[in-house]
Amino acid sequence: MTASLRIGFIPLVDAAALIVAVDKGFAAAEGLEVELVREVSWSNVRDKLNIGLFDAAHLLAPVAIASSLGLGHVKVPIAAPFNLGINGNAITVSPALHATLMEVIDGDRFDPLATAKALAKVVAIRRKAGAEPLTFGMTFPFSTHNYQLRYWMAAAGVDPDEDVRLVVLPPPYMVDSLRSGHVDAFCVGAPWNSIAVDLGVGHILHFVSDILAHAAEKVLALRQVWADKNPDVVAALVRAAVQAAQFIENPDNLTEAAQILAQPERLAVDAELIQRSLTGRLKISPDGAVRESDRYLLVGREGAGRPDPVQAAWLYAQMVRWGQTALSGEALRTAMAVFRPDVYDAALGRRGDDLASTPVGAFAGPPFDVRDIAGYLASFEVGRRAP
Amino acid sequence: MSADQSPKIVIVDESPVRAAILEEGLREAGFTQVVHIREMQSLLARIYAVDPDIILIDLENPSRDVLEAMFQVSRAVKRPIAMFVDQSDSASIQASVEAGVSAYIVDGLKKERIKPILDLCVSRFNAFAKLQEELERTKSQLEDRKIIEKAKGILMKIKGLTEDEAYVLLRSTAMREKKKIGEIAQSIITASEMLK
Repeated sequence: MTASLRIGFIPLVDAAALIVAVDKGFAAAEGLEVELVREVSWSNVRDKLNIGLFDAAHLLAPVAIASSLGLGHVKVPIAAPFNLGINGNAITVSPALHATLMEVIDGDRFDPLATAKALAKVVAIRRKAGAEPLTFGMTFPFSTHNYQLRYWMAAAGVDPDEDVRLVVLPPPYMVDSLRSGHVDAFCVGAPWNSIAVDLGVGHILHFVSDILAHAAEKVLALRQVWADKNPDVVAALVRAAVQAAQFIENPDNLTEAAQILAQPERLAVDAELIQRSLTGRLKISPDGAVRESDRYLLVGREGAGRPDPVQAAWLYAQMVRWGQTALSGEALRTAMAVFRPDVYDAALGRRGDDLASTPVGAFAGPPFDVRDIAGYLASFEVGRRAP
Repeated sequence: MSADQSPKIVIVDESPVRAAILEEGLREAGFTQVVHIREMQSLLARIYAVDPDIILIDLENPSRDVLEAMFQVSRAVKRPIAMFVDQSDSASIQASVEAGVSAYIVDGLKKERIKPILDLCVSRFNAFAKLQEELERTKSQLEDRKIIEKAKGILMKIKGLTEDEAYVLLRSTAMREKKKIGEIAQSIITASEMLK
């Protein structure tokens, strides 16, 4: 079998499995001739996938779900047979906000509840002083970054819609906006947090893995109709991605993987920066302080590549919590059906129905219960409801 | 907006030339209220200040994602914002995306009214792309001419030919080797530099 595919991606480290699958020849070995197309916005990636200019795409998991639900844009059912990344984002704050947070913090500075409470104090102080609300940048209305920031601050009673401003910023503009004071903080994927730290304009306050232990981030997205018509191509693509993820996770290949990603037509940034994200060993302060986490970004290990519909349900619940859509059993089923472990398992020729789901593992709040989302959402004090 | 009034159109494009081409086209077609935004900082605030009926944005502009935020339920949005183009009209979405422009239509504007605008954008965007292509071609032709002149000079000097004879030699060699005359000229220059 040979097939030609056009696949869109955004230059981020979590496109690694896709890029390595193509550039290291795993896709070609599966009979796939892939043209990777670098894109500048998630809207473009979504639209070009939706109208068939792309056969597949590196896509924010919540955008895939929103597309299937017809939220924010045209309704095009998406199938995601491979998870390109688990975790991988970080929250970076300006040196000024960092200093203020560290002045008022009560507890461990890596404890998200302590930082969220510190943020609540800063918000109250600023309000009393008549200062403008703090502004947080994130990448897209339907993004993990949006939900992660909200989850974190709301745990300490900070209302993301009332107490601070959340604005969408394209990742390439994040660092400049932090430097210029346009935003006080942002949540984004690699390598942008590290770039801000290296330039001395930001401190990494949290790895998102501090907030959620295991959160689906980007998926390999396909139009469901196309995926149904081309099962062999989809299976080959999944296998290529699985092999690429295994290659990336092997410490012996780290340098090579980082160099592949660093190429000008791929991420076009320093390979060393990419290596930091892949190893989870990140410089977090301009003074050189380093922090390491084995959960910073998972590309394939611990079963990260296999899509888990419970993760899709969690993301859908966030959409409901923040008023982007109303809760319905049908929409929940649609959201969960975007993540296709069955296609993943079939591609690898195995049965996976006995695999347990890895909990999202939020630092605060009740455990997520996919059978009772209404009850789960009711237990949060801060939230919106769709009008 | 009353039915006979020209809709207010915002163009979000960092290329001043393309925006000018687009703006001119829109004005010629009778759309008199056109505002061009080049600066991407505080884009939303600027758009709210203009309060447009239609927003046109270049697809290579990362700020497209910023506009998507306006579709969301948010206190900041003064009124709901409708779709890209009609859900059923995938042909015109495809044409506009291929040309590299995306349109956002604000609240209640009739499809019949947006269609000519989008068509116009597509043709203007395509015209701009063609213009750029021609510019590139002219540039490379100029480059070729310079190279050919230089190669002629080398041949005249080494082989004692006249200018016309040098050109004929270049051309006949190019025809025989099935290559462009510029390529032959370049190889002569390269060879003569190596032999220096």
